[in-house]
Amino acid sequence: MKNIKFLLVGVLFGIVMSKSEAISWFRMQEMFRFQSIHMYGIIGVAVILGAIMIKLMKGSSMKTTENALPDFAEKPKTYTASILGGSIFGLGWALTGACPGPLYVLLGQGYWIVLVIIFSALVGTFAYGILRNKLPH
Amino acid sequence: MDILTQPWHWAFSGIMIVFVMFLLLYFGKRFGVSSSFKAICSMAGGKKTCDYFDYDWKSHSWLLMFVIGSIVGGFLAANFMASPNPVAISQATIQDLQELGISSPQGNELVPLDLFSFDKLMSLPGIIIFILGGFLIGFGTRYAGGCTSGHAISGLANLQLPSLVAVVGFFIGGLIATHLLLPIIMSL
Repeated sequence: MKNIKFLLVGVLFGIVMSKSEAISWFRMQEMFRFQSIHMYGIIGVAVILGAIMIKLMKGSSMKTTENALPDFAEKPKTYTASILGGSIFGLGWALTGACPGPLYVLLGQGYWIVLVIIFSALVGTFAYGILRNKLPH
Repeated sequence: MDILTQPWHWAFSGIMIVFVMFLLLYFGKRFGVSSSFKAICSMAGGKKTCDYFDYDWKSHSWLLMFVIGSIVGGFLAANFMASPNPVAISQATIQDLQELGISSPQGNELVPLDLFSFDKLMSLPGIIIFILGGFLIGFGTRYAGGCTSGHAISGLANLQLPSLVAVVGFFIGGLIATHLLLPIIMSL
C-alpha cells in the first residue's frame, strides 16, 4: 500500500484547509468583495513561497521517492480554454463558495449538502468530456 | 494548544499549503485536486462514452487516496480542532450579506446554514447555487485544465502563463457571480 502516504498528505491538507478557513463560504464572499487580506494572503504566500521552492528544487538535483525528477506541471498553452474555462469555474466557485479541494473537506466537516455540489461537479466534468471536441481551446 | 483550536493566520496557512505541495512533488505527483473529477468519471464507466475519459484512471489512484484523506482531515478538524468562535469575516462583508438576506457567522459554522440546507435545495436559489454551481465547477475546471490548487497555486508558482490567464478567468467569473448574479439569485 504505497498509496497510504497520499492518504496522510490528504489528511494534512484537510486540516490545513479547515484551520485556514479557506473552505469557508464566508471567506470566499469576503475575497470576491475585496474586504479582507485573508484569502489573498494565503494564496499570495503560497504562490511566492512555492515559486521560491520550485526554483530551488529545479536548481538542485533533488529526486522524488520514485527516483525521478519532480513533475512541476508545464501547463498546455491553450489560452482560450484557460480564460473561458476559468471564467466558468469562477462563477461556480463564487456561488458555492468552494473549489474542488474544499468541497471534499467540507464533506468531511459534515456539511452533507456538499454531496449535491460534488455530484453536480461530476456531471459537469462528464459534460465537458462529451463536448470537449466541439469547444474552442 | 492554540494551534489546534484557534483559526490559523493566513501567512502560516500559506506556508502549510506549500508544505503539502512539497510533499506531493517529493512523492512524484502534482498538487491539483480537480483531476479527481475526471478520474471518478472514468472509474464510473465514462471510459466507454468518450476518449477524454478513456485513460488509465488507476494512474490517479493516489489522488483518490488524497481525496479520501482530505475528507478524513475535514472530519478530524471539525470534531477535534474546531474553533469555538464565528469565522471572523470583516464587518463590511457581514453588512453586504445582510442586505442579501444571508446570515453572517453565528456559531462556528463555515457556511451560511440558512442557505446550505436540504430545505433550500428545493428552492430556485438552492437549485442555482448547488446544482448549477457544482456543474460549473466541474465543467470549468476541466475546461481550464485546473482549479485553485492546479492553476492558482501550482501553476502560478511554476510561472505558467496559461495559469495566470486561468486565474484571471476565475476572478472574472467570481466577480460576476458575486456582484451581479448573487443579488438576483437571492431575490428569486
